[in-house]
Amino acid sequence: MTLRTLFRKVWDAHVVHRFPEGPALLYVDLHLVHEVTSPQAFEGLRQAGRRVRRPELTVATVDHNVPTGDRALPIEDPVSARQLDALAANAREFGVELFDLRSPSQGIVHVIGPEQGLTQPGMIIVCGDSHTSTHGAFGALAVGIGTSEVEHVLATQCLVWSEPRTMEARLTGTAGPGVTAKDLILALIGSIGTAGATGHVIEYTGDAIRALSMEERMTVCNMSIEAGARAGMIAPDETTFAYLAGRPRAPTGAAWTRAVEAWRGLQSDPGATYDRRVTLDAARVPPQVTWGTSPGMVTGVTGAVPDPADYPTDDERRAVSRALEYMGLEPGTPLAGLPIDRVFLGSCTNGRIEDLRAAAQVVRGRRVASGVRAMVVPGSQLVRAQAEREGLDRVFREAGFEWRNAGCSMCLGMNPDILQPGERCASTSNRNFEGRQGRGGRTHLMSPPMAAAAAVAGRLVDVREWAWEREGERERAAS
Amino acid sequence: MGVGEGGGAGAGRVVIEPFVRHTGAVAALPRADVDTDQIIPKQFLKRVERTGFGPALFYDWRFRPDGSLNPAFELNRPEAQGATILVAGANFGCGSSREHAVWALSEYGFRAILAPSFADIFYANCCQNGVLAVCLSPEEIAELLRRHAAGGGGGGGVYRLSIDLAEQRVEDGAGFAARFAIEAYRREMLLHGLDEIGRTLLVDSEIAAFECGMRNAECGIDERPSGPRERS
Repeated sequence: MTLRTLFRKVWDAHVVHRFPEGPALLYVDLHLVHEVTSPQAFEGLRQAGRRVRRPELTVATVDHNVPTGDRALPIEDPVSARQLDALAANAREFGVELFDLRSPSQGIVHVIGPEQGLTQPGMIIVCGDSHTSTHGAFGALAVGIGTSEVEHVLATQCLVWSEPRTMEARLTGTAGPGVTAKDLILALIGSIGTAGATGHVIEYTGDAIRALSMEERMTVCNMSIEAGARAGMIAPDETTFAYLAGRPRAPTGAAWTRAVEAWRGLQSDPGATYDRRVTLDAARVPPQVTWGTSPGMVTGVTGAVPDPADYPTDDERRAVSRALEYMGLEPGTPLAGLPIDRVFLGSCTNGRIEDLRAAAQVVRGRRVASGVRAMVVPGSQLVRAQAEREGLDRVFREAGFEWRNAGCSMCLGMNPDILQPGERCASTSNRNFEGRQGRGGRTHLMSPPMAAAAAVAGRLVDVREWAWEREGERERAAS
Repeated sequence: MGVGEGGGAGAGRVVIEPFVRHTGAVAALPRADVDTDQIIPKQFLKRVERTGFGPALFYDWRFRPDGSLNPAFELNRPEAQGATILVAGANFGCGSSREHAVWALSEYGFRAILAPSFADIFYANCCQNGVLAVCLSPEEIAELLRRHAAGGGGGGGVYRLSIDLAEQRVEDGAGFAARFAIEAYRREMLLHGLDEIGRTLLVDSEIAAFECGMRNAECGIDERPSGPRERS
């Protein structure tokens, strides 16, 4: 019997046809759609007189350009409004379900898929968004696609894909206190580079992955694309099943029992081979902070801004110099202590309830530093509602954070939430590219607790010392 | 954009301009990790059409904050005007899946992009739009950049390349020639400007068969989403 990886098992189960010239035609189980990358695809269908082949496997939401302020107000930007109207009209015309701004379940596409139980192990999931890799946390093969491919999937329910190579990323050991899933994936990207997994699907394995909650696993898989991988996967286990049980779109009754039985087989066979293997010792990873303009330009918060002269090639020296110039940083400057102007808590990477809880724990009873503008943008309206039930909104508001409605918001700055030129931001999002959060804006990626601590301190701090201080304060208060 | 009908049942319908051979002026962007946020910044992604993105290509690099041209940016140099071939650094097109990046490059006038490597989604998006993404070795790209700087770019003249997709060959007529690899499927799509949907629908019966009875028990895909859907 051929030993198969998790990737291979899911791939094999979906091959509809093999083109003689190379790629396979794969059946898509779930197609998620949003307002920015879909209008041209629907228009293409209309022009060709085609319909959506499986509207019941297609789910749309609005997230990228939606304002996160008061939902009762009209959308000020007429171009954004037009894009939202186009999705609503397309959803109606083609019979696709839409979580619109009035829906209590609206949110970032990669937050609501899992939240609704739409995302399930063994599926092939696509969306016109590179962070579709998030859904791989459930043992699904989930890939971001372009608009032409969106149209192709709408019309045929299939994706043409040339078989990628496989990479095992084995995360061993136990992450220390104050070290989150975000730190693990940033450290991995720093280690293999932003093109380190190009052409590959990553399977994350090892004790440090098994120990993660589903939401933490989503954070890891979410940033697979930042290492160049179109998809990242984690084999489903009891953690996965417990998360999915009882979700609105998860199977129920006998179907649930059968599904879980099938899902248990979705593991790489012992001895199955990968094209490449990398390892990371979670115990050696400190909280991470990016210092440059790509997610691979990252180091521990205890580190300093690197010196371009220390890099081996001309290309790297140029890239680092350019990044430091953009970021307004001098070589050798310690990252801890760097003053910040803005804080963004949210995104498909870190906008879930556990992220908000972890940040709130740091913020509770404290104030955002003067001169710092901080905002919390929950990943979905359900996350927002849950946080409000737990009183987290009060923790944030009382500390001086803005408490907003769900959307992609300042992760990509398509809506009014953007940085001003030169502003430095501690952000829980996924990309620190030039101008990503606003032209001239300077983004430092980090975990929710790190961003929360930065908000309070007004500068980058090592959250491990922060937590220790708080612990000390509690002891003093108790004595 | 080429139009017209090819074979029957929508198959082979020409919807994109075929790429067979192309000769044109080169523009150089010698930096790695050019991400799609740079190629087309987010504020320009709100259009619902496939057109209108060319003027916004590399917006934050081409234009200063006051809207004037940034003369230091590579594409604004005199010798880069009218260029149809872009030579760039590794991992070109990384980041967001936005196909708008390819639409912008294409509308600006680029028919081919040469780099040591491309991000996966961007590479696929190029193929869908008749833009040829050519992977050459880092040494070959470095040589092209040298020749561009010496013979064309730096000297104020124009450096030209010919790209032959049928022969899978790039040459400058002055001693540089390199072969490149491309998957047969993508090569054919580009050579003939094929509509991928039409091509897939040629095997519609296989899709229908998969849907009907070939639910794979292993992953239980026919046991899935079940619940009635809430309509919002």
